[in-house]
Amino acid sequence: MKALLNVRNAVAALLVAGLLLLPLYSSLSGNVFVLTLFTRIVIMALAASSLNLIMGYGGMMSFGHAAYLGIGGYAVGILAQEGIGSGFIQWPVALAASALYALVIGALSLRTRGVYFIMITLAFAQMAYYVASGLSRYGGDDGLTIYKRSEFAGLINLSNRVQFYYLCLACLLSGVFLIWRIVNSRFGMVVQGLRSNELRMQAIGFPAKRYQLACFVIAGTICGLAGALLADNTDFISPAVMYWTRSGDLMVMVILGGMGTLFGPAIGAVVYLLLEELLSQITEYSGLILGPLLLLIVLFGRGGIMGLLGRFEGG
Amino acid sequence: MLLLIEQILNGLQFGLLLFLLAAGLTLVFGIMDFVNLAHGSLYMMGAYFAATFVAWTGSFLLGAILALGATLLLGIVLEFTALRHLYGRDHLDHVLATFGLILFFNEAVRLIWGPAGLALPLPDWLTVPVVILPGVHYPAYRLAIIVVALAVALLLYLGVMRTRIGMLIRAGASNREMIGALGINIKLLYTLVFGLGAALAGLAGLMEAPILTVQIGMGENILILAFVVIVIGGIGSIRGAFVAAILVGLIDTLGRAFLPNLLREILSSSAASTAAPALSSMLIYLLMAMVLVVRPEGLFPATRR
Repeated sequence: MKALLNVRNAVAALLVAGLLLLPLYSSLSGNVFVLTLFTRIVIMALAASSLNLIMGYGGMMSFGHAAYLGIGGYAVGILAQEGIGSGFIQWPVALAASALYALVIGALSLRTRGVYFIMITLAFAQMAYYVASGLSRYGGDDGLTIYKRSEFAGLINLSNRVQFYYLCLACLLSGVFLIWRIVNSRFGMVVQGLRSNELRMQAIGFPAKRYQLACFVIAGTICGLAGALLADNTDFISPAVMYWTRSGDLMVMVILGGMGTLFGPAIGAVVYLLLEELLSQITEYSGLILGPLLLLIVLFGRGGIMGLLGRFEGG
Repeated sequence: MLLLIEQILNGLQFGLLLFLLAAGLTLVFGIMDFVNLAHGSLYMMGAYFAATFVAWTGSFLLGAILALGATLLLGIVLEFTALRHLYGRDHLDHVLATFGLILFFNEAVRLIWGPAGLALPLPDWLTVPVVILPGVHYPAYRLAIIVVALAVALLLYLGVMRTRIGMLIRAGASNREMIGALGINIKLLYTLVFGLGAALAGLAGLMEAPILTVQIGMGENILILAFVVIVIGGIGSIRGAFVAAILVGLIDTLGRAFLPNLLREILSSSAASTAAPALSSMLIYLLMAMVLVVRPEGLFPATRR
């Protein structure tokens, strides 16, 4: 049993405290932009955390995770367009659609492993991108404007910045909590065992594919929720959110923060998106710095930020 | 009928271009076990180099040859400075590092050539239509692409299967340590293979450039298609890449050309015009899914090490 009080947990606690207090800072300083920025960051942190469940704990290197952002978002957008504004319908549909997509894609992709898996998830996500681009009724390439955010029968007002931010944060924290519970359950242990040695787990008698598929579907569903939040946040959904570079961004957040750590992906999302924002303010050509930086992180920074902090403790 | 022949030729031409791109990818993967997402960037660079050099020299052929050399050189420099340190690492590391390279190349191109696309004009002798069958005209340039790509495919096959360097490459793929122990400079060999892959991507890029505009991100969509091709064909197999590339090229082109009309026969015209674009862009992914269900290792799985 590792000590509860260590640098990594302290950083995670600091992150949560900071995120909880952010609206206070925003209203005191009158800086509205920081709240908008962090709403997006919190949503992406949820998406990255869900990717971490399959990538970090399950060893399934999905390069198509942004597809769920799009599917969740389009579920909200299309229903809103068709006049169904209630979040009690929109969000469950978003989750169900993501789960269904994950079930089909997962069942096909999990027939393969390694590089094949990376490429196939990538290709299927790209397919989803093209399908969304072809939906001429719902804006096609140009995307779909959502004129009214999801309504929750007066319980919570999503158009209120602070309320919406806290809703996103609640989703993130419960998502991370859920992932924590999953990872430490028997199911999670089996999935992690499959990551380490699939053959042995099968020899013990675990149906490997069924466990992996279930994990894949859970992760996709969580990311679908992030997609619904994202659509409500921007009042807009377009195929661009599931373009394959978005999936790459999610992967980068996970790796940057620390794959297979509970709060790593959230920290990765905060750092990556803040860096992106900062660089875009300094220079028009942020990719010139961000790109080689990624290369350097891969070459030298094994284990991401959480790994670095772990080394700091000498553990 | 005329339309069918023309579309089949278009599909063949697109498939052969995909093959050039996929061959480099699959070669690099099969031999160095390296996943190179930045392959699409090399394709883009080939097109930009061609547009620049053709404008400089005023000659299409000379510009193309210079562009080919430049892409080869770029590939070698890239391998030498960064990518060779990633061999033997996890595939995920490859994906991330080369993803970073894509960001870098896109911004570098924007910085050097600006955000607007370039056009690569064709010389007059390539714009005339050629009569391929009585009454059937086909653009000379597209025909030239088919011929060049087929020739390159043949050369590649002969080079890998019949020459000494090809033998070394195949030996290096099956046992890296052994061939090193026999006194072959394996690092140099790898650099050469990577350069070759880069040049193939550059060739595909510069040949496609006059048909499409030369623009940032042009390599990204086609890279995904190249992935689909090598997944269908079997990763590491050049023969598989060839067959799968032609298959994907034909299905994609014919699907886009004829599926809307076919659907209109079955569905109402408004439903057909809604469904057709989405469905025709899904076709090759459906093909990939079908291949995966039947043969998860692809059509021509490369022999296991």
